Amino acid sequence: MNLVGTLFVASLSCCALAAAAALTAPAKARLWLAGLCTAAAGACGAAAGVAALAGQSWSAWLPGLLPLAGARLALDPLSGAFVVVTGTVAVCAAIHGIGYCRHGLDGRVFQAVLPVFVASMLLVPAAASVSTFLLAWELMAVSSLLLVLAEHRRNTSVRRAGLWYAVMTHLGLVAILVGLVAFAAGAGGESFAQLREAGLPPAVKTVVFLTTLAGFASKAGIVPLHVWLPRAHPEAPSHVSALMSAAMVNMGAYGVVRVGLDLLHGGPAWWWLLVLAAGAVSALYGILQAAVSSDLKRLLGYSTTENLGLVMVGVGAAGFLAATGIPVLATLALAAALLHVVNHAAFKTTLFLSAGSVLYATGVRDLDALGGLRDRMPYTTALFAAGALCASALPPGNAFVSEWLLLQSLIHAVPGSGVAGAVTMPLAVGMIALSAGLAVATFVKAFGVGFLARPRSAEAGRAEEVPPVMLGGTALAVACCVALAVAPTVVVPALGRAVAVVFPGRDVVSGELTLRLAGVSGVVSPLLIAVALLVSVMAVLVLVRVAATRRARRAARLWDCGAGPMSARMEYTATSFAEPLQRVFDNVLAPESDVDVTPMKESAYLVERVRFHARVPDRIEHRLYDPLIAAAAAVGRRARVLATGSVHRYLGYGFWALAGALVVLVVLW
Amino acid sequence: MVTGALGTGLQVIAVALGSPLLVGVMRQVRARLEGRAGPGIGQPWRDLRKLLRKEPIAAHGTGWPFRAAPLLVAGTALVVAAVVPLVTTVSPLDGVADLFAVTALLALGSVALALGALDTGTAFGGMGASREMAVLALVEPTILVSVFALSIRVGSTSLGQIVTATVEDPLAVVSPASVLAAVALAIVTIAETGRIPVDNPATHLELTMIHEAMVLEYAGPDLALVEWASAMRLSIFLGLLSSLFFPVGIATAGAGVLAVLLSVLVLVGKVAILGVLLAAGEVFMAKLRLFRVPELLAGSFLLALLAVAASFFLA
Amino acid sequence: MGLWRKIMRTGRVAEPAPARVPGEAPSKAAELAGSVQIRHVDAGSCNGCEVEISSAFGPVYDAERYGARMVASPRHADALLVTGPVTRNMEMALRRAYDAVPEPRLVIALGDCARDCGVFAGAYGVAGAVSDVVPVDVEVPGCPPEPEAIVAAVRRLTGR
Ligand code: SF4
Repeated sequence: MNLVGTLFVASLSCCALAAAAALTAPAKARLWLAGLCTAAAGACGAAAGVAALAGQSWSAWLPGLLPLAGARLALDPLSGAFVVVTGTVAVCAAIHGIGYCRHGLDGRVFQAVLPVFVASMLLVPAAASVSTFLLAWELMAVSSLLLVLAEHRRNTSVRRAGLWYAVMTHLGLVAILVGLVAFAAGAGGESFAQLREAGLPPAVKTVVFLTTLAGFASKAGIVPLHVWLPRAHPEAPSHVSALMSAAMVNMGAYGVVRVGLDLLHGGPAWWWLLVLAAGAVSALYGILQAAVSSDLKRLLGYSTTENLGLVMVGVGAAGFLAATGIPVLATLALAAALLHVVNHAAFKTTLFLSAGSVLYATGVRDLDALGGLRDRMPYTTALFAAGALCASALPPGNAFVSEWLLLQSLIHAVPGSGVAGAVTMPLAVGMIALSAGLAVATFVKAFGVGFLARPRSAEAGRAEEVPPVMLGGTALAVACCVALAVAPTVVVPALGRAVAVVFPGRDVVSGELTLRLAGVSGVVSPLLIAVALLVSVMAVLVLVRVAATRRARRAARLWDCGAGPMSARMEYTATSFAEPLQRVFDNVLAPESDVDVTPMKESAYLVERVRFHARVPDRIEHRLYDPLIAAAAAVGRRARVLATGSVHRYLGYGFWALAGALVVLVVLW
Repeated sequence: MVTGALGTGLQVIAVALGSPLLVGVMRQVRARLEGRAGPGIGQPWRDLRKLLRKEPIAAHGTGWPFRAAPLLVAGTALVVAAVVPLVTTVSPLDGVADLFAVTALLALGSVALALGALDTGTAFGGMGASREMAVLALVEPTILVSVFALSIRVGSTSLGQIVTATVEDPLAVVSPASVLAAVALAIVTIAETGRIPVDNPATHLELTMIHEAMVLEYAGPDLALVEWASAMRLSIFLGLLSSLFFPVGIATAGAGVLAVLLSVLVLVGKVAILGVLLAAGEVFMAKLRLFRVPELLAGSFLLALLAVAASFFLA
Repeated sequence: MGLWRKIMRTGRVAEPAPARVPGEAPSKAAELAGSVQIRHVDAGSCNGCEVEISSAFGPVYDAERYGARMVASPRHADALLVTGPVTRNMEMALRRAYDAVPEPRLVIALGDCARDCGVFAGAYGVAGAVSDVVPVDVEVPGCPPEPEAIVAAVRRLTGR
């Protein structure tokens, strides 16, 4: 077994160790033991991924592990990229969790399921056969479901979220199962190597692609299959949200790349235009919902839909460009997508973990009731600020680099890709640009309204900084953000090897300080931009020191127009902050509001109380799922006629079913 | 290379020193059209000098975002002034940032200011920040898409290359794509720099404010930085417009020291003319109602999209 | 185009700048060196003074040409331009506005009311003259003062 294999097995063993520790250790040591073992598992996994990205590959066949075919594992650079992400996120989340779980999440089962979840997410990209893949996928689905439900005793919304998640994730599984089984049947073997060699008729290929795409898209939170995501992410414990949002959803993107680009070797252009369109719509819809959301974790969940949408735009563009014969740009687009996966994982971990810290300290995740955390939780505020800067895709943040790469690949695609490209690419750029603008507004809201100014509720007023171990986990994620932001010139070539699994033989970028695109013209230097910003801010500081007369800074009351002191109720809340945007996108969002006026008893003209209630529902859920659910429920109610409770009748059903089957067999044989 | 560095240095200095004068010119034009005498073009500099001498104030309940915002706005404006091709297209910093990065850097300045405003926790601060962000959310995509339209012809988003291509082929500017992009960019320039009809820089009415509402709490040197930065942003935008669509006199590769010096003068002249036109235009317009502004911006976004389409289909 | 023609026909409205009225400037004004931002505070005036202020800053008298400008926040201001007697309701507000102005700061008491409560002296709602509440640097007599007088007072601050 080589280095990659050793590290990977070590990582899985650490997961097992963590689960065992969680089950057996006494309550006092449980959190630390389980947390540290999980972190170690994550670290080993990340190391294995890095080694795989560096070019070492590893594969194993364990015939005894699964009945019939045995388990097949393989790590190539593409899997490696996703393993690195999962591992690193697991390290941060596990360390943060040691502190976070102190409030009621230190039970045996919960602590034992978490490492299983991590292991399953390491196994999914490492799986090299259909059965192994499906098994790992299902393990991931079930373990994450258990984690989402951890706090189901606290309120009913957790249960509802769990139900949505369970249904959606299993429908997704069914879709993937159908697709992959059809694929394996056509290929005459179930290992990925056999699938790669298979020559399927185009119609079968299309069926395989579309069914698996539906499953993977639902895992990645792509519109319109995203509905579970903004429900499950807020209700899960925050470090689990981080794992789900930064690591698990990536598996959807991995699946599309692995099955669509690798196993099926691409396909007709329209497949990929579909992926691209779904991605672009998700990006815009996700960030629009995030922009008007006032629940911090729901906002972050919708932002995940946005970012995975951007990833899908990259993947779709890569497939499309490969199909139209522009491999240079296809490589670039896929590299951009993978880089965005990595960047998104880094900043989303930061954001969810800091949101978890806020929840831990205040018990509140409603932005309208937060505020004033800057003085009370200075470190968490700074960490969230770093994450928010990255998430808004502004330099010197890391997401700026990947969105830049993505836009470059789309822009250069216009001239060579025919009419389809010339129509799609500008629209895609427009939608990405719009989502970028909205992302800025969203994260200014999340940070500015959530953390700055004065507390708008007693809970926020009582907040205290969280224990160092939680800060440590978050800080680790921020460190990753910083590294990715200043050194994309190191990261992108490494990801280039992952891209090479699909599109062999090309460098994506060159240059040590500046990111110079290979093949097309485009340069940017994130490191130098950061340095330039630092230098010029310093210069301005010195300038002011020199030029200004040195009067001491005087503390004064806020300017309240001379009226009485301003209360926190006069601050802008998240809802009011988002109001102009909500108005602009009124037609898309269809916000609901109702005014309830209670008149006095004496006269209808004297008002006793006015209640105003406004909310922005998820319109897709409203329009698409509610009718479906209602229809299913109606069918269920009708079908009750069949189930009367009489045993004779049920025996009769059995008899008639058997008879019917026999008749069909006789006729068809 | 040497002349490139010289040009870059000169353009930073020109923007830093000249921007308040540009604001002075615009106010003076406005005053004259209104029949006034006007305070003279040096007045913004006098204002800045005075503000620097005044006492800075830390309002109760504000913290580091409030303090850092003016530094960041001014800092981003200076960085952008260094990387965009205003005087020379062969800046040694050209590879640092392209048009996307420039747009994002300018947005970073706005974000810093919005956070500073939110940090005060006053109703006006929040209102200004919310409106500024709503405008930004619509302006940023317009800029990105117009950039896209301009870059198709050149095959690159590098500002230096776009401008060089226009210098070599000046007639390309009158292509439909370029004209549409120019109009879209002009509208977002007005929105980003807070001019009429999007925002009124001279308003006293808090309820109609965007930019002003964000800076109501700043005093003394902090305010000086904010004002200086917004003047710089205005001249950067105008300079960029002139470089992209009328790059006459800009120093290209192989230009001598004299050409660079001349190019500074030409830049000053062009930006001044644009400023005069903008100020004169403002006299004839009333500020739009705030909720009509998005319609204007959405229009400019569509224009930018049309520009992209035109650049492909009519090329 | 109609507006443009009108602008051309009207030409310059501003009257030629009168000679500076001699009178000593407050010592703090020297630091301002030709730029004075003014925040207007109506402490309870009858609005007669406001009418004159707007004509002083209007095109004919054009106080802006001397480097003065009205601003929206006392934080941006160097001087408060207070009109009217200070009513009880505005007393605290005036104090707070004064406190909000960064040093060096000046106060102009504009109109007879602001100087000594004028016709409102002794009224039940009046807390006192401006100088009873905040230190006054420049006084402009008149009920209401003429725009020329207001401009002259402003020029004492800007020194232009
Ligand atoms: S001084 Fe005269 S005009 Fe001014 S507020 Fe008093 S009464 Fe009115």
